[in-house]
Amino acid sequence: MAAPGPKTPASKKYERARDPKKALQGLWSYLKLYKWMLVAAVLLTFAGNGLALVGPMLSGRAIDAIVGVGQVDFDTVFYYAGWMVLFYAASSALSYGLALLMRTITQKTVKKMRQDVFDKLMELPVGYFDTHLSGDIISRISYDIDVINTSLSNDVVQICASVVTVTGSFVMMVMIAPSLVVVMLVTIPMSILYTRYMTKKTRPRFSRRSAKLGEMNGFVEEMITGQKVIQAYAREEIMQERFREVNQAAMDAYYDADYYSSTMGPTVNFINNLSLTLVTVFGALLYLKGTLSLGNISSFVQYSRKFSGPINEVANIAGEIQSALAAAERVFRVLNEEEEVADVYGAVELKQVNGAVTLEQVTFGYTEENPILKEFSLKVEPGSLIAVVGPTGAGKTTLINLLMRFYDPQKGEIRVDGRENREIKRDDLRRAYAMVLQDTWVFGGTIFENIAYGKENATMEEVVEAAKAAHIHSYIKRLPEGYDTILTEDGVNISKGQKQLLTIARAMLLDSKMLILDEATSNVDTRTEIRIQKAMEKLMEGKTCFIIAHRLSTIQHADVILVVNDGQIVERGSHDELIRKKGFYYGLYTSQYE
Amino acid sequence: MRLIFNYLRPYYGRMMFGLLVKIAGTVAELFMPWILAHILDVVIPEVKISGQMYEVLFWGGMMLLMAVLARNFNVYANRKAAEVSKNTIYILRNDLFQKILHLSGKQTDKVGIPSLISRMTTDTYNIHHAINMMQRMGVRAPMIILGGLVITATLDPVLTLVLAGTLPFVVAVVVLISQKGIPLYGTVQQAIDVMVRTLREDVAGIRVIKALSKKEYEKKRFEKANEEVSEKELTASGVMAASGPLLNFCLNMGLTMVVIVGAYRVNAGLTQAGKIVAFLTYFTMILNAVIAINRIFVMFSKASASSERIGMVLDAEDDLVVEQFRGFPGQTRLEFRNVSFSYQGEKDKLCLEQVSFSLKPGENLGIIGATGSGKTTLLNLLMRFYDVTEGEILVDGRNIKTYPLQELRRKFGVAFQNDVVFHDTVRENISFGRELSEKQIIEAAKQAKAYEFIMEKEGGLEHVAAIKGADFSGGQKQRLLVARALAGDTEFLLLDDASSALDYKTDAYIRKQIREQKQGTTMISVAQRISSVMQSDLILVLEDGKIIGKGTHEELLLTCETYREIYKSQMGQELSA
Repeated sequence: MAAPGPKTPASKKYERARDPKKALQGLWSYLKLYKWMLVAAVLLTFAGNGLALVGPMLSGRAIDAIVGVGQVDFDTVFYYAGWMVLFYAASSALSYGLALLMRTITQKTVKKMRQDVFDKLMELPVGYFDTHLSGDIISRISYDIDVINTSLSNDVVQICASVVTVTGSFVMMVMIAPSLVVVMLVTIPMSILYTRYMTKKTRPRFSRRSAKLGEMNGFVEEMITGQKVIQAYAREEIMQERFREVNQAAMDAYYDADYYSSTMGPTVNFINNLSLTLVTVFGALLYLKGTLSLGNISSFVQYSRKFSGPINEVANIAGEIQSALAAAERVFRVLNEEEEVADVYGAVELKQVNGAVTLEQVTFGYTEENPILKEFSLKVEPGSLIAVVGPTGAGKTTLINLLMRFYDPQKGEIRVDGRENREIKRDDLRRAYAMVLQDTWVFGGTIFENIAYGKENATMEEVVEAAKAAHIHSYIKRLPEGYDTILTEDGVNISKGQKQLLTIARAMLLDSKMLILDEATSNVDTRTEIRIQKAMEKLMEGKTCFIIAHRLSTIQHADVILVVNDGQIVERGSHDELIRKKGFYYGLYTSQYE
Repeated sequence: MRLIFNYLRPYYGRMMFGLLVKIAGTVAELFMPWILAHILDVVIPEVKISGQMYEVLFWGGMMLLMAVLARNFNVYANRKAAEVSKNTIYILRNDLFQKILHLSGKQTDKVGIPSLISRMTTDTYNIHHAINMMQRMGVRAPMIILGGLVITATLDPVLTLVLAGTLPFVVAVVVLISQKGIPLYGTVQQAIDVMVRTLREDVAGIRVIKALSKKEYEKKRFEKANEEVSEKELTASGVMAASGPLLNFCLNMGLTMVVIVGAYRVNAGLTQAGKIVAFLTYFTMILNAVIAINRIFVMFSKASASSERIGMVLDAEDDLVVEQFRGFPGQTRLEFRNVSFSYQGEKDKLCLEQVSFSLKPGENLGIIGATGSGKTTLLNLLMRFYDVTEGEILVDGRNIKTYPLQELRRKFGVAFQNDVVFHDTVRENISFGRELSEKQIIEAAKQAKAYEFIMEKEGGLEHVAAIKGADFSGGQKQRLLVARALAGDTEFLLLDDASSALDYKTDAYIRKQIREQKQGTTMISVAQRISSVMQSDLILVLEDGKIIGKGTHEELLLTCETYREIYKSQMGQELSA
């Protein structure tokens, strides 16, 4: 079904956003819908973390009241301990409230984003799906939005909390002992510089590691998929040997990144411990001088730990945000894709269709350089049969793509009942055709829903009638759930041929004047095939039919046969004319009897 | 988990050493708050009397020493951990890959290809991550809790009891929340599966949706699935959101208790205020350790699920046993004797029933029949991807069970129906790791009518095929696969619907080439098209696993009703053209 065209490879994870500002703007356009909730969240963050910050100061005051044997001022101790309980309880309550609020904001945002992307996909031209891998499209909604989800729910809170904690702790430390803060002025820059230096050093190693891991996963996927053929050719040992190399490379890259990054945690920890040491020593000296109390040292030590905590996390959060922005960018790229051209102003509805189709001087190609149709004209009377034949992959579906306006021609006009396609409401135009495609499509719903899919408010009687006409009714009847049987995704409970019959029944129900048929050949058993053929013949009665034929026997009575080869129409005419011509068609036709 | 330990066994020595170093590092770190308390409670009062400042500096130096030791020990231990996990996983992956390549068809069916892939990638990755992290944090976190309790006990046992008293609460919070939360995430995953399925369906059916103008309907259908995911995730994350604040609250309450109890102890002369300061520091360390253990817990449960999935594959026993050959080779090239087969091994679900035929040297075989009639099954049995349920298959008069597996399979060149074009050069796709000469490769490509389009690609034979052969059309892929089958000059050539995407003319051309140039080769063609098999010396017509027609084209037209029907529907009315 896929038309020739550029295929984009699955995009790699871990890439960075090319334009982070734009991605941020996009994200903001979602978040601002909940801006009051966000404001509340920020306030809660400030309040919760602010309250928690008071704790060490309170415990410091309490410790100062614990002077020595028999001299403890219990009133003061209990006074401050009471406040501690209160503040910690309030802080926990607030941060729980914050977590609940953030999860609501995140879920709303993410849900809307998923819906928007999906809605957008429904509006995109078919060409988009022909030129993008389906796995790639699906991962926009499943993977990318999930990355954004995680980042929104964790990182935003963490950033706010960090800002509060860092500035709050700093202020507190300055208030307790400005002279001790000097110590921090040594250790903080050390910490920051070191982290930056290490990230610079490890980043290429980490991206190499994910690249190598990706290579290995790709290799594994390919080999396991091809397991049978590897066994058939007895190539197990050789592939094992190759895997060993790929595996080794992946593991080495992994270890390399690990080796460098393993110094990071302990070193940052060391710098923290260094500041603890310095604070202790200088604190002790100040204590000796009498300028600092024991409680002060206790509070200061606790604040310094709080202070350095978020700084250690910065590198982590930055990485997560980077991948979230890259994901957001991919999502917004889909949202910014160009949609199917809107109906022109004053486009008409198509009520009664006779089924006359004309193509006038139509030029079309999936790329400008390779036109498949060149100034092609064709006049189709109502009720006639047009067949397209040719080898696989030669471009036979092109005509369908144009008739259904999945693509618009570059030049020329296509008319239905004398009216230019582009002047007709697109939905009406498409509904004027019934279509049965080779790769049958059923979805995870009941059989009834699948047949009634094209006709709103179809009754059970109508559906049964269509199923009978398509020779599938007796089969459905035999199922325990009958028409309520739910078709599963992998379709284990229904064969390919039966799926084909279902889609024929679906087309029967449409009762349209024009029919597009992509004949199925392989993978259907003989009896079903005969049944399908009968059903199709019935479907074709009294309709203008466009058939992509694989079996030459069925099209001998066609009014016009178009012969396609290598992306071009090479011959046209009736069966007899083409046989007499002894050209490409003649070759095709006679070769099956050789 | 047993599996992981088995793989770790060779590294026990190195791992133990690494863990010891880690413990040493953790102990060094644990000493720091102790020194802090020592300075405040012992050194300072002494200095106040002696006035000798250097004692403070000495203990400060000790703290610094501990910090340096902690860093270096930890770095060393982390690297050892990385090394051990790297080596372990390297071997585990190699073993698993090898095992997967050698699984029988039955075993592969049981697990499924996508699941095998994810066992090889995601599951080994989970285990790698877990081994690595468990060596790093799995020792450190309990050590900090334990060591912290021991050291604080030497400072003041009663205060330690207060500290330890909060731990049950912490454990309760962790256990309760994960018990409630983890199953909830299971339901989230289910909702996501439904949503992704809807999405995948719609991407596949976009033409139908557009043709029938069902955009709005599909948007609503997706919205329902989307809503479900959101709802489930709200519930699950609501539960998980409680864990952080609750943990913090428990520990902070403990902290307050330490201050109060400490006040009484100091008042009674049982302890000093500096020790309370040290206690508060230990508290923070223990809090972090508990959080780390919480994370290890989740990781461990993930890894043990993964290791179970991997273990299941690794423990599968070879079920295709090679038997001793007794007797003499016979005259027939290939013979099926009353072969019956069922994929489930159950007698009432036979896919093949009492299939018998034989082929003399130089004869070609054609098999025709509907989907599910057992054509491909027949080939699967012949190449021994599965063992027959009943009967025997003989190649050159010798039961195929008596050939070593690889020796048997080397006799065949095969092109399967939906086979793989590897992401590699065209040359490699044809030669496929066999040592074939340039001449053999080119000749095979020419016979399969693939040479021309290969040469049109940039680089010709060196052209690297895109993933899944996406830069070749369906027909080109099939021709590449046929070239692969031809290139080895094998005794048998199996073409399983290998030309379904080719037009009649090309199909006929390739078959002619094979008949003329590969006369020593026994060709077995499976097809839906009569034109692909009609030239064979023996044609089998299969239906529901049984042979309902056997003979040449001409014979079958006279004797087999089904064959005649197929012929009519495919070739039109004219019986002779």
